Amino acid sequence: MIKAILIFNNHGKPRLIRFYQYFPHVFLQTEDMQQQIIRETFHLVSKRDDNVCNFLEGGSLIGGSDYKLIYRHYATLYFVFCVDSSESELGILDLIQVFVETLDKCFENVCELDLIFHMDKVHYILQEVVMGGMVLETNMNEIVAQVEVQNRLEKSEGGFSAAPARAVSAVKNMNLPEIPRNINIGDINIKVPSLSPF
Amino acid sequence: MSDVVEKTLTALPSLLSLDSHSGSTKLSSSSKLGNLIRGITELTSKHEEEKLIQRELASIKEQVSSPNTSMRQMKELMVRAIYCEMLGYEASFSYIHAIKLAQQGTALEKRVGYLAVSLFLNESHELLLLLVNTVLKDLQSTNLIEVCMALTVVSQMFPKDMIPAILPLVEEKLTHPKEIIRRKAVLALYKFYLIAPNQVQHIHNKFRKALCDKDPGVMTASLHIYLQMIQENPEGYKDLTASFVTILKQVVAGKLPMDFNYHSVPAPWLQIQLLRILAFLGKNDQSSSEIMYDILEESLRRAEINHNITYAILYECVKCIYTIHPKSELLEKAAKCIGNFVLSTKINLKYLGLKALTYVVQQDPKLALQHQVTIIECLDHPDLIIKRETLELLFRITNAQNVAVIVEKMLEFLRGNKDDYTTIDLVGKVAELAEKYAPNNEWFIETMSTVFSVGGDTMQPDIPNSFLKLLSEGFDSVEEDRKLKLFAVDSYVSLLQGEPGKLPQRFLQVISWVLGEYSYLRGELDAATVLRLLAKLLDTKSTSSETKSWVLMAMTKVCEGGVGVSVAQEVCETYSSSLDTALRQRAQELQHLSQDRDLRAKVLPREAGSEPLEVDSSLSFLDGFVSEALAAGAAPYKPHHQRQEELAQAKALSMEPYGLPISMSSCSIADRQSPTLLSVSSGLSGDSPSLSQKGGSTTPKLDGVKRVWGRQGYLVQTEPVEESDLVEVTGPLQSPNQQAGADGPPSQTPTLKPTPQPEQEKQQLASSLFVGLGSQSSLCLMGKPEATTQRFRRKAKGPVLSSSTGEQISNSSVSASSMANNLLCNDLLDSNITSETAAPSLEQTPQLSRDLPAANGACAVESTDRDVKENSASLIGDNRLVAADPAPRGDRGKLKDFSAHLPAEFSGLCHSDISPLASNQSLDVSACHVQKEDSLVLVVFMYNSSDDAIPHILLELRSDELEVSCEGDSPVEEARSRSVAVCQYSLTVKKPSVHVEVAGTVSYQLPVGTSQSVQFSYKLPLTSFIRPLTVSTEEYGTMWLDFSHDTKQKLTPICLGQEPLMDTLNVLKKKLKLHVVEIIGMEGIVACRVLRDQPCLMHCRLHAGALSVWLRSPVPDLPDCLMYHCQRALQEH
Repeated sequence: MIKAILIFNNHGKPRLIRFYQYFPHVFLQTEDMQQQIIRETFHLVSKRDDNVCNFLEGGSLIGGSDYKLIYRHYATLYFVFCVDSSESELGILDLIQVFVETLDKCFENVCELDLIFHMDKVHYILQEVVMGGMVLETNMNEIVAQVEVQNRLEKSEGGFSAAPARAVSAVKNMNLPEIPRNINIGDINIKVPSLSPF
Repeated sequence: MSDVVEKTLTALPSLLSLDSHSGSTKLSSSSKLGNLIRGITELTSKHEEEKLIQRELASIKEQVSSPNTSMRQMKELMVRAIYCEMLGYEASFSYIHAIKLAQQGTALEKRVGYLAVSLFLNESHELLLLLVNTVLKDLQSTNLIEVCMALTVVSQMFPKDMIPAILPLVEEKLTHPKEIIRRKAVLALYKFYLIAPNQVQHIHNKFRKALCDKDPGVMTASLHIYLQMIQENPEGYKDLTASFVTILKQVVAGKLPMDFNYHSVPAPWLQIQLLRILAFLGKNDQSSSEIMYDILEESLRRAEINHNITYAILYECVKCIYTIHPKSELLEKAAKCIGNFVLSTKINLKYLGLKALTYVVQQDPKLALQHQVTIIECLDHPDLIIKRETLELLFRITNAQNVAVIVEKMLEFLRGNKDDYTTIDLVGKVAELAEKYAPNNEWFIETMSTVFSVGGDTMQPDIPNSFLKLLSEGFDSVEEDRKLKLFAVDSYVSLLQGEPGKLPQRFLQVISWVLGEYSYLRGELDAATVLRLLAKLLDTKSTSSETKSWVLMAMTKVCEGGVGVSVAQEVCETYSSSLDTALRQRAQELQHLSQDRDLRAKVLPREAGSEPLEVDSSLSFLDGFVSEALAAGAAPYKPHHQRQEELAQAKALSMEPYGLPISMSSCSIADRQSPTLLSVSSGLSGDSPSLSQKGGSTTPKLDGVKRVWGRQGYLVQTEPVEESDLVEVTGPLQSPNQQAGADGPPSQTPTLKPTPQPEQEKQQLASSLFVGLGSQSSLCLMGKPEATTQRFRRKAKGPVLSSSTGEQISNSSVSASSMANNLLCNDLLDSNITSETAAPSLEQTPQLSRDLPAANGACAVESTDRDVKENSASLIGDNRLVAADPAPRGDRGKLKDFSAHLPAEFSGLCHSDISPLASNQSLDVSACHVQKEDSLVLVVFMYNSSDDAIPHILLELRSDELEVSCEGDSPVEEARSRSVAVCQYSLTVKKPSVHVEVAGTVSYQLPVGTSQSVQFSYKLPLTSFIRPLTVSTEEYGTMWLDFSHDTKQKLTPICLGQEPLMDTLNVLKKKLKLHVVEIIGMEGIVACRVLRDQPCLMHCRLHAGALSVWLRSPVPDLPDCLMYHCQRALQEH
């Protein structure tokens, strides 16, 4: 399971924070546990060169031997996924790539500013990729389609949206059916023997 | 693609101040959020930022609470609040408004509201309860987007108690026509499974349907659930193995739509998931593994494209191949694959290669040999993560011969390491290796010294503890023992003579203890010298007061003779006035003991460590106190888990307004079962400290490896000789691919020969690191972990310790009606009966339980009951044959004995059969109930089947529906060997229910000191509590009007002769002990009471061949329960 997704810039300023597991306050402390985790993660990740591996083990806050930080560094931003052992390392690494490419598609050449000013949108996009800590969708077109369905809603509600230009460009392709995937079931009709209930 | 992203990302940060980005940015930066963001970026100090945000928050707070704020404005405010929260500033005032927004807004505003809620709150936040209705509403919405939003927020966090309220709606979504909804519903259910597995038990079938869904996306989502469930219980899903293989086959063959391809690899994430599931299914299961061999080979072959994601699939493939039942061809291919990973120039792949090597090295140590050069290079890798992974790998291949080199490498890494987590982890590993494989005393002491000084005060406290334990308990060889202690003393004395101020506190404590205990061994060492060294520690500023206590203790042990006493006196003067009470006490002790030699010898005898201390861990000396307190009315002690469980049950009740009847009942049943499950597991874990010394994750699985040090003792006598032989033998084995170099340093790869000098060093290192692996492999290939190497040569203390922690055999829901089950389960628990014998008995069980209800409670119908008992007795007999358990258990002979033990006053009364409830090695518990005119007595028989008398038996009974009071003297009884102790309890109904249940715990102590407990439960029908109520028709009339609770139902009368009403009432009278007050024509009035005094009246009227029955009582639920029993009685007639 994915425990948390953190995006921060080269100075450790958080740009998107999404926790899928509640980290309660371990000690009596005034400060938020999540902020401590962000700081520690930034500290761990920022020390690393660009030519070392993208996996990190054992932060002491989020850590434990079961946890792993998988990150990618894009210019000014770090994308960090904190996962447990049930996730594939390389799989997550490519998931980050899918996520960034999706952002790029939705924002037309995404940059840090987009993430700052459209934090809510980024969250909505992320919600279509990862849901409650589980990978929901890895297909970029599908993710974009889902986000566009929501954008259409935005348009129909009076166009007060913060990104009209984008919305218009998105709406161009919108006469597609809601879920355009036309699945050829063919052989994939999987036969599972129906057994008595557990 | 990534290049493009990177370029744009580099190019654009400068735009931050220019504000000439595309239209959208311009628009929003003029908005309030934009202003805030701009404001923050312009600031230079953290302090200013804080001020700005506080101002911002204050303004948000004002606006959200203003009634004039529209939902649209609220939406914008929420985004700003989210931004502030992300930066770490609390905006708790906005939480409630976020919930409101989700509740009242339009879809778009709802979306912001839900987002804010899911970011602000956690699943235990109390405000979340307010969201439940909103979620319910949105789940029923016709707008798909609203349904999606609701499902998303539900999977992010939802209060556990509220799951039953929305579960049916989410379940419904599994059949929704839109695949995205189905998919989200599956994931939401998975989330429910994770937080409350009991509540989704009934929908496992639907998970199967999701697995067969025609949309591959839904199928993929369902794999999350299966991965989790199979990991927990692989046995339950073996039947799906072929299905998963089929799915993977189709995916690999590219049968999925092109949409699913990622870099022209078909659905890679799906493949990864499936491979993981297969690994769990094939583990230790040859037949399942055989099904998957083909597809694994296919996967390996197909994953040729050189892309990151294919390596991910390959890696999972390799792991799967090494997890399942081995097949040599596949292993060969997998090994080659690992080689590619390890040798790869891509650092991520190298990392995974090392991980894979670490994973497989226990099965295939030769693989590590093949890659020894690479491994050694990785040791010097600039990436610390790679380095650590390499050390992890080395840790797994450590044996008695390479331990010195490997530990040296680890310590080297530790000295340069600054990360606490890594230090704690590695220090533990070094200590473990040192204990297990130390080649000699000097090395051991020196290594541990380094561990203590490097590990400092962050390391796990059990490291110094187990080190001291090892020193004090000693080994079989007295001479070795002495040498080790002497060396420790020597090295610590020289350390103290250096710069002790720099040593960590833990280490100083270890040093003081060792010097205190063993410095006398070094004859020439003057006690005064030691005392002075210790006193110097006291004077050091950095020494903590805890350490000072240790030092003073040590001084107390050492001080002797003239000079010593004077040093001691000096110290005492300083510390006897210390503010720290612990220090003052130690100082006082030192003062007195240093002056009185004889007393000191008594208090602190030398070599005390070798004598076992008698510790009564069961606290039996408190038994008297406990029974006194109980007699005085104190509540009996309930273990923690039980209290928790009761608490949880109490909480669960609060859900009723939301709950749905079906899911509620299923959940409460599961809840009731869990305390016993809990107690089993706690009993198990209670036994474990001697088994797992340090948390499972750090313990290496070094099965086939010889242990030299450690709990088993120092195996110095014979092994070294053998092992040195082995070294020579294993030389040629080390690198099978380089046979020619057998006599020289082992392996080298031709491609890596830049400079001869470092190369030679590497080879030397290799030969020292990988020595002994060959021989080990031969051991391992036999496939069995070598149990014989674990010799318990240390003075046997372990067993006593572990047995004193207590053992619990619990039998849940054992009732009179399911005793056959119970017995079966008992025997299954006690002895591993093979499934063949268990199977026939299982078949009989349903039949038994069908028979039983008829016999239950009605003592008259003894014959069926006896049959049942014969059946179950024979079951036991069968099982005992197989189990060959010497303890006699619940056979017929003993049952007869029990009825002889029935107290004399009950002899003339009607009693139920004595049914065995629970048993363990030493105690069998049976019970029956006796119906007296004014009470119901539960008689519990406890048969002590062991040879020793059990002095104190404490019997505790509890019940939700009944009031239990003890009859006779006290619940504490004694059971002499092979005899029966009898307890009596009087039961009355507190809360009527169709069947009532008493749960009980018998706890007692065996003479050996083990405390044991047996749990049981006894179920009896409400009818046992019914007594006739003699009233006149007039009285009946007044009572009828007073009673408030009633129920009506039509029953089928019994028609024996002319008068169906009379016949029916007679049957009821006989079976349920009702009192027929009067029969007037077609109507009859009947009265009864339920113990102690809960009246219930019945009015029957025969009309058109049906008997309409009307029951009334002042007690809630009683009419319903009685109606049930009436119905049963008539049906069974």
